[in-house]
Amino acid sequence: MTEMVYGTAPMRVGEPILPKWWRTIDKWSMISVLLLFGIGLLLGLAASPPLAARNGFAPFHYVERQAIFGITALMAMFITSMMSPTLVRRLATLGFAAAFVALAFLPLFGTDFGKGAVRWYSLGFASLQPSEFLKPGFVVAAAWMMAASQEINGPPGIRISLVLAVVIVGFLAMQPDFGQACLVLFGWGVMYFVAGAPMLLMIGMAATVFLGGMVAYNASEHFARRIDGFLSPDVDPTTQLGYATNAIREGGFFGVGVGGGEVKWSLPDAHTDFIIAVAAEEYGLVLVCVIIALYATIVLRSLGRLVRERDPFIRLAGTGLAAMFGVQAMINMGVAVRLLPAKGMTLPFVSYGGSSLIAGGIALGMLLAFTRARPQGEIGDILRGRPR
Amino acid sequence: MIRTPLRPLARILQAREKGENTDAIERENLRIRHEQMRDDARRRAEGRLLVLGGLFFLAFSVIGLRMGVLASTEPEEPRAAVAGASIVAQRADIVDRTGRILATNLETHSLYAQPPQMVDPIQAARELAAIFPDLEEERLIKDFTGPRKFLWIKKKISPEQKQAVHDIGEPGLLFGPREMRLYPNGKLAAHILGGASFGREGVHAAEVVGVAGVEKTFDQWLRDPANGGAPLELSLDLTVQAAAERVLWGGMKLMNAKGAASVLMDVHTGEIISMVSLPNFDPNERPRPPARGDAADSPLFNRAVQGLYELGSTFKIFAAAQAIELGLVNPDTMIDTKGPLRWGRFAIRDFHNYGPELSVSKVIVKSSNIGTARMAMDIGAERQRTFLKKLGLLDPTPVELVEATTSQPLLPPNWSELSAMTISYGHGLSSSPLHLASAYASLLNGGRSVAPTLLKQTGPRKGERIVSGEVSAQARQMLRRVVTEGTASFGEVPGYRVGGKTGTADKPMPRGGYYDDRVIATFASVFPADAPRYVLIVSLDEPVETSGAEPRRTAGWTAVPVAAEMITRVAPLLGLRPQIEPEPMTGVTLTAN
Repeated sequence: MTEMVYGTAPMRVGEPILPKWWRTIDKWSMISVLLLFGIGLLLGLAASPPLAARNGFAPFHYVERQAIFGITALMAMFITSMMSPTLVRRLATLGFAAAFVALAFLPLFGTDFGKGAVRWYSLGFASLQPSEFLKPGFVVAAAWMMAASQEINGPPGIRISLVLAVVIVGFLAMQPDFGQACLVLFGWGVMYFVAGAPMLLMIGMAATVFLGGMVAYNASEHFARRIDGFLSPDVDPTTQLGYATNAIREGGFFGVGVGGGEVKWSLPDAHTDFIIAVAAEEYGLVLVCVIIALYATIVLRSLGRLVRERDPFIRLAGTGLAAMFGVQAMINMGVAVRLLPAKGMTLPFVSYGGSSLIAGGIALGMLLAFTRARPQGEIGDILRGRPR
Repeated sequence: MIRTPLRPLARILQAREKGENTDAIERENLRIRHEQMRDDARRRAEGRLLVLGGLFFLAFSVIGLRMGVLASTEPEEPRAAVAGASIVAQRADIVDRTGRILATNLETHSLYAQPPQMVDPIQAARELAAIFPDLEEERLIKDFTGPRKFLWIKKKISPEQKQAVHDIGEPGLLFGPREMRLYPNGKLAAHILGGASFGREGVHAAEVVGVAGVEKTFDQWLRDPANGGAPLELSLDLTVQAAAERVLWGGMKLMNAKGAASVLMDVHTGEIISMVSLPNFDPNERPRPPARGDAADSPLFNRAVQGLYELGSTFKIFAAAQAIELGLVNPDTMIDTKGPLRWGRFAIRDFHNYGPELSVSKVIVKSSNIGTARMAMDIGAERQRTFLKKLGLLDPTPVELVEATTSQPLLPPNWSELSAMTISYGHGLSSSPLHLASAYASLLNGGRSVAPTLLKQTGPRKGERIVSGEVSAQARQMLRRVVTEGTASFGEVPGYRVGGKTGTADKPMPRGGYYDDRVIATFASVFPADAPRYVLIVSLDEPVETSGAEPRRTAGWTAVPVAAEMITRVAPLLGLRPQIEPEPMTGVTLTAN
């Protein structure tokens, strides 16, 4: 009865998948993702021609590639979002295992493309960054273990997932890629928090970090200088950060106009890490606010739908995916406005990059699959007179 | 085996009694408990998810607000970092006693190249070689077209040169701000200041480090920002130093000497007012130390501090003063001067035969080796050694120059009676002119030891007593008589009552023995002799005075006139007024002998 009301149970055998999907999907989030991808293409038109010129390609070479990758990513997202949570869990766990092996063998077979960090497998026509695929896989696998640990007679899932997280962080730190390592740790922490970490432990950890920071600030001159440099209000306008800040100021509220931006010519990472600066310069604060609002919509709506979720695994996995997605966007934008110390991180779905785009598509597909409306036994609650 | 409790126990036991399968009951119970746990977990997670959502909302809002704040402010013009931002004048100035600048800093630029950024390396190399004649075009072309990504071209360039390099218009030629050390007086006081060079170098700044002289001695102090830019005040007087250098240079040329040194010291404070060593160099372009040959012939060699010479008869006054102080003689005691004085196989002779005996004063005035040696025999080796040690002649001088610490006087390995006799007239012990200056100052300032210093002092700095004030006065009187009636008659400067002692020492040959045509001529003087203020040492290396029929090398003909000219020039600068000499205080009758 309940399932018939909510429509996840087939009313008749062989109910079409698409209508069911359309009914249950979180349409706001999905539209936000599509808009973000569209904005990414739009900004790619502005930001990538200088790079193409440097590398000797046609002006919109990177935009075309981005479109191809993006369509692949959207297809991956749609297909993933149509799967049931159990199928997602199984496939993601398998994918996680594959990505983990790929990550472990990176020092042997990977390349660094002359950038100093071995993060990629070169496939000839494109490159593959296993850590991008590892992140969503890890979140799902860890959520599964945490959820299992809450069952009676369940395995010690929290401990196992923590060990996994530490091993992954170790591999990532070896590359080195501290940004991704932090993201993985953060994702695990958020899931642990939602899974019911003891409050005392949380407060203790926060206090330890704070005290450690204070001690490091007082004891280490180097650390103190970095923090002071970050806190000081003026920024050297000849650094990447300085150019990005200036671009945001130059743009003002409505931007200097399409194609009129200058910052893309001076920033080597204009199409990836500092794409928000290009957006701010050419389209102004308006577009930046739209972008922020889109990210906030995805994260907040997902979290809101997960509040009502009854299945611990779905709740944890969805939270982890949403939080990681949101934090990555926040770090990227936070660096550009100097709220955070400099750290290279892409803006999901907007920055140029094949691996991150496709992996992002899969991750969001999983998130959409987890946030689909499904029966939460609410009628049962009401009938039993339990408050909810 | 882990025993799992049976729940719900009552129902299971009942079912067992009836022989039913209990699995279904257990499963049902587990399902209900899971259901309850999930409800609990969801309730707990609800709160936490809301907190998480709130945090995310807050963070996104902060980023949005920050974007808004940034968007509403004015952009800054991107500029290269201001030249002096990271290297403000860090090294303290060095000034003389009246505050005139001896060493300061100048902002300039270094020139470096980044060949990968070059548009036309060949053209750039050609034009650079035209601007800087010391650069070789082929070498530059090789560097610019080779694999190097970075190279220094010039450490310091002038503004005109910088503009000329700008005009080449080559983007691969770049300038780094530099603070360089500037010695505006050129060669003046070169040996004292020493020089500075770049230590660790970066594109945006370079460290200036002292390499010699006070720049090296006080390197830490000069660099210490805690001094708040206070300059280092030296005891030197720039005008006196300039006059002394000029006179000494002229004297060196006139006397055909290959080198010269002078030290002018305040007898009460030990302050070195001027110190000259010739030949000298320009600390702005400090030459490289010679790879071959004698280091003592390099212009970098500070003869006044590092040059260890047997300073000859100038030492005689020490023997006479000690003998008087010990009560062995008084200035009028007659000393046997019959020569030669034999000691074992060694014979001591005088330059002239001065007759069978001379008074102590006359021994000094006539510069009798035999008479001095006899006094030294009476004093004894041990007491002589103690006395010279108190005068600072046996140890490196404590003056604030890195070069001074290694200038250990050369002493006889075994201080025998014979050594005592030869040392009494200045042979067998090598010391620097600065040693002699501080020993004279200690002996003649009233008899209290002073240490030489290059730092400006506020008052007298006198140490332990060496001789009584009376002996000190008698020594000065004897030295005055050397000028009025003895070997240093050219040393008279009207109104300044110069007293002093000449010394002419044969130079030792590298393989032992002495040259008979190469001397170190020294004049050690004090003025005014009746109220001592300054000690002046002038030392000429291998002088020959050729105005007469035969070449003359003695100090009386070479070092003394130079010293007299120096005092003539310098005394008024020091604020001394010429005065009529007071009558001799003791009743010495100047009878012909």
